[in-house]
Amino acid sequence: MAQHAAKGARFQAVTANRLSDGEVVYFSADNCWVESFTDADIADGAEAADALLARAMPDDFEAHVLEPYLFEVLEADNFYKPASVRETIRAAGPTVRLDLGKQAEVKAE
Amino acid sequence: MYRYDEFDHKLVADRVNQFRGQVARRVSGALSEDQFKPLRLMNGVYLQLHAYMLRVAIPYGTLRSEQMRMLAHIARKYDRGYGHFTTRQNIQYNWPALDKIPDLLDELASVEMHAIQTSGNCIRNVTSDQYAGAIEGETEDPRIVSEIIRQWSTFHPEFTYLPRKFKIAVTAHKHDRAAIKLHDIGIVVKQNDAGEIGYEVHVGGGQGRTPFVAKKMTDFVPKAKLLAYLEAVMRVYNMLGRRDNSYKARIKILVHETGEEEMRRVVEEEFAKIDASNMLTVPQEEIDRISAYFAPPAFDSAPAESATFAQAQADNADFARFVRANVVAHKQDGYAIVNISLKPIGGVPGDATDAQMDVIADLAERYSHDEVRVTHEQNLVLPHVKLDDVKTVYDTLATHDLATANLGLISDQIACPGLDYCNLANARSIPLAQEISERFADLDRQYDIGELKIKISGCINACGHHHVGHIGILGVDKKGTEFYQISLGGAADENAAIGQITGRAFTEEDIVDAIETLVTTYTDLRADGERFIDTYNRVGMAPFKERLYD
Ligand code: SF4
Repeated sequence: MAQHAAKGARFQAVTANRLSDGEVVYFSADNCWVESFTDADIADGAEAADALLARAMPDDFEAHVLEPYLFEVLEADNFYKPASVRETIRAAGPTVRLDLGKQAEVKAE
Repeated sequence: MYRYDEFDHKLVADRVNQFRGQVARRVSGALSEDQFKPLRLMNGVYLQLHAYMLRVAIPYGTLRSEQMRMLAHIARKYDRGYGHFTTRQNIQYNWPALDKIPDLLDELASVEMHAIQTSGNCIRNVTSDQYAGAIEGETEDPRIVSEIIRQWSTFHPEFTYLPRKFKIAVTAHKHDRAAIKLHDIGIVVKQNDAGEIGYEVHVGGGQGRTPFVAKKMTDFVPKAKLLAYLEAVMRVYNMLGRRDNSYKARIKILVHETGEEEMRRVVEEEFAKIDASNMLTVPQEEIDRISAYFAPPAFDSAPAESATFAQAQADNADFARFVRANVVAHKQDGYAIVNISLKPIGGVPGDATDAQMDVIADLAERYSHDEVRVTHEQNLVLPHVKLDDVKTVYDTLATHDLATANLGLISDQIACPGLDYCNLANARSIPLAQEISERFADLDRQYDIGELKIKISGCINACGHHHVGHIGILGVDKKGTEFYQISLGGAADENAAIGQITGRAFTEEDIVDAIETLVTTYTDLRADGERFIDTYNRVGMAPFKERLYD
């Protein structure tokens, strides 16, 4: 798990795995867990990131998800993407099975 | 093959029911994740990058057809139509939903299978030689003692919370196909000068962050005394193994820090105590009862040569190549051992679809006395095929992309799931294996290169056995980017050795070229009949390093 939030990262988002099926989820601006990275709330700066993680972890968070954590996000032209290979793969699915994971659902839509 | 008795059935059924309750309590919120995690891990359920992963035990890599068919059914019903055979001779499913796992385990139990001992700090599923009972020159079928160890170790109350996980492997052949010297305990079934069968025991091997080849603890333990000896080793480890630092908790560290001599002394002392109590002396009737399960199947008597088999090779060059690479002599005249490579060019090492598993189950039932084996190199084996039937088996395999004739060659690589699936990974392993296999796709070139074992791990945990690859590749992470470190000269067989790192790591773009450089260095330097590992052992690291970092 070497690729969690980097120190000094400006933009960060919160991710976890859903309890019932392990699906990768992100914490949204609407205070709920969503399946797509594009719907994730993005925090700008360390304080906002801490606040985002706190919002994602109310007392009963364990009833819905496992192990929420912050990870670094990069911004270019108002478009965000995960900074690390690890989070890029979590957001899409296995790079060796493009027919599986979130990438497959996007294609099928 | 071993069949469950009433105790086994009850044990597994009770465990599934217990887990069903635990899952229900977790989903209802009655259990926190901290409380539930150790429970799910004791039942083989991990959390990976995209989903839960379930690891199913395949004791000593042996399956009946109905069990293989069940693995296919589970892939279809509870997963995404495939499974991944691992270096522990197990199978992993990458996408099961937590709330469906109890039902899945119920179905598995109906064919005498489970996910116990596939995780946690217990004695893990015992592994062994995939050619057990089929290869000439065995002392005896290594699955007999493997099964005895399985029964002794399952839910052993004293060894449920060891300092770390514990792996035991068994071979009964001079050629070690089970990598026994890289296990916490490695056992060689052997015969002494008096003609009695017993066990040579090696202790303290392992890979991971600090790799070690096991040390021989004793030359010969008599048959009835093996469990007493193993119990002594385990007890010493359980008492003295470090619990303060998980990186230093494996028995290999204890052996290293204690010293081989002192370790032997304390084990012998403990062994003497246990032996004196006679508690763990295995009764001859029990040895006979277990042995009977592994009696050779009813082979037909047939001549050593088959004209049909010879003619089929003469008529079909692809089949002849398959025979050359994947078919091994059987101890019984008129039979062969048929290896099924799960490494098609550009494929995912160790993956098989539900349809492929069904096909293999059918072939095993019809042509291989109902048996399939899983190898630690992530391939499958039909152990008992009549020479006259090999071509028919091959034809069916070929129509399902299962007849790649590359066993032991450069494209027959071990690769762990890596960053495509694994929560602990630093880098991807599978795409690298795919690129290497595509670069060397030409089978004639592969035959010219000869035996060459490439093993790839996505992190230092070394599930992909990179330390013992002739060429080992380790994925490392540098600020969120993947790099690959190469080691040379490792071996997992009877000449087990840990590879040496060549130098700085390579980028994803450069790593396949680096492998090509190593291969051409070898082909330039090799003497007649030398394999890659022989040339490396003769000339050493320097010429390879020179060309690599030129
Ligand atoms: S070696 Fe590392 S990346 Fe590969 S499966 Fe094991 S833990 Fe995961």
